[in-house]
Amino acid sequence: MPLGTYKEAVSARSTEKRIQDVSQDGGIVSALLCYALDEGIIEGAVVAGTPDKNWRPVPTVVTSADEVIEAAGTKYSMSPTLSALKEATRQYGLEKVGVVTTPCQTQGLRKAQAYPFSRFVADKIKLIVGIYCMENFPMASLDTFATAKLGFDDLTDASKMDIGKGKFWLTKDGEDKGLAIKETHGYEQAGCNICNDYVAEWADVSTGSVGSPDGWSTVLTRTDAGSDVFSKAVDAGLIETKPMDDVKPGLPLLEKLAKGKKDKNKKERERRAKMGVKIPTIY
Amino acid sequence: MFDGIKKIFGGSSEPAPKTEKKAEAAPKTPKSAPAEKSKAASSKPRIGYIHLSGCTGDAMSLTENYDILSTVLTDMVDIVYGQTLVDKWIHGTFAEEMPEMDLCLIEGSVCLQDEHSVHELLEARKKSGLIAAFGSCAITGCFTTFARGGQQAQPKHESFLPISSLVKVDVALPGCPVAPEMIAKTVVALCEGDLDYLKPAMDWAACDQGCGCDVLTNVIRQGLCTGCGTCALACPTRAMGFSEGRPSCDRDRCIKCGSCYMMCPRSWLPEGRIKKETGL
Repeated sequence: MPLGTYKEAVSARSTEKRIQDVSQDGGIVSALLCYALDEGIIEGAVVAGTPDKNWRPVPTVVTSADEVIEAAGTKYSMSPTLSALKEATRQYGLEKVGVVTTPCQTQGLRKAQAYPFSRFVADKIKLIVGIYCMENFPMASLDTFATAKLGFDDLTDASKMDIGKGKFWLTKDGEDKGLAIKETHGYEQAGCNICNDYVAEWADVSTGSVGSPDGWSTVLTRTDAGSDVFSKAVDAGLIETKPMDDVKPGLPLLEKLAKGKKDKNKKERERRAKMGVKIPTIY
Repeated sequence: MFDGIKKIFGGSSEPAPKTEKKAEAAPKTPKSAPAEKSKAASSKPRIGYIHLSGCTGDAMSLTENYDILSTVLTDMVDIVYGQTLVDKWIHGTFAEEMPEMDLCLIEGSVCLQDEHSVHELLEARKKSGLIAAFGSCAITGCFTTFARGGQQAQPKHESFLPISSLVKVDVALPGCPVAPEMIAKTVVALCEGDLDYLKPAMDWAACDQGCGCDVLTNVIRQGLCTGCGTCALACPTRAMGFSEGRPSCDRDRCIKCGSCYMMCPRSWLPEGRIKKETGL
């Protein structure tokens, strides 16, 4: 199953204006974190922020709705987010922590729960919000897209960054400039090429833009914890939903992309194994 | 209780990790015990705990499992040997013979110049069905790697080796110290004969080195790193920083415990276990 195990798939968006203003798509991650913080389901969360507003992600501990909103929006470069779990549990002393993770980070986190080699961290993870991820770029790749390929003076001139409709988009002075996704191939980090997960299959709840219309996100609830917090946030009126069957392009596109990533990267795994270089041991 | 596990270790078709001649476990007297065992005291696994050169952190971690410790000690295992835990030692004024054990946990590296340590370790290998390197000092030498001798009270004590340098190790549990939760899950797996869960620790038994550079040589250099940050989460000394989305080890801080590479989801990934625990 290309989307992993899930309970429910819906199209959704935050109903809050101040989240909609800053969110990448439907603002689901921000809405869920704000709700979970308000309700005491979590005391804080570890997220990828950009404190310097230069598109460079920095693992950040957030403990309030304001901080969540400050960190909103997708970053297309690597954030060693899990490293900040130490800060969250030790310096902040948080007992109930949420984490926003890419698929690879979800794997690291679930491994840390299954084999808790790091003392008193794994048991404090109460909510894993996974985000769909095809691949991730080194900062220098993003610089190249901005300057060499899209003609910006500097990456920091971009006010918004997005991937959608087959293009990598940068926005400057209200004008969107797009670069065909094909043009970005070869600029992603090599570790992404063997990843078999597009939709954060091991998260409590996963979300991303693919499958839903502009301004909406496709949500997959997976565990009881994820399903519980999502449905409560919907009941509280913080999130509105539409059935996936009623939206375009719908789940088939998400399934197609997820399967495409699996197929392509399985081949890469096999290619590397054949060469005799390392690939992860699977137990 | 440990029969299934012993069978695996005894009759594994996998190539032996080491070719040098090591002190091996004494051939087990064939046991005709039925698979279903009564809860009789005699059927409880006999556990030993040996403290070589380490800081006692691993033993302290063990005792941090307050909630399960009394059950484990009362109903699940018999501690039959150990200087601290049961006041039994093969040296000293009231020396007695080391008993037969099913499993012996060994904390700390072995100092070559400490005859007591060397003797106790070799003896444990003869007397115990399974040897567990318990904590990173026993596995890699960890921070005792940096010992150079010349210190009081034993200036000659300078070579602190992974215990696998002298004896064959069956299970390795890294950590500085081993996390209490990891100990609890391992104890449960051992008692239930859950080999699937123990497999990574069994495969790690052949390991005798660890370092922050492992993530460089075995993950980054292999094109596997995604910059997720798990290694930095694992590092007990915060030696692991990040530069351009890649871990960067401060080797002056690294104590060579091996936790970073052990935790990395790109070194090994327990898919089966994760699916079982999460239901996903």
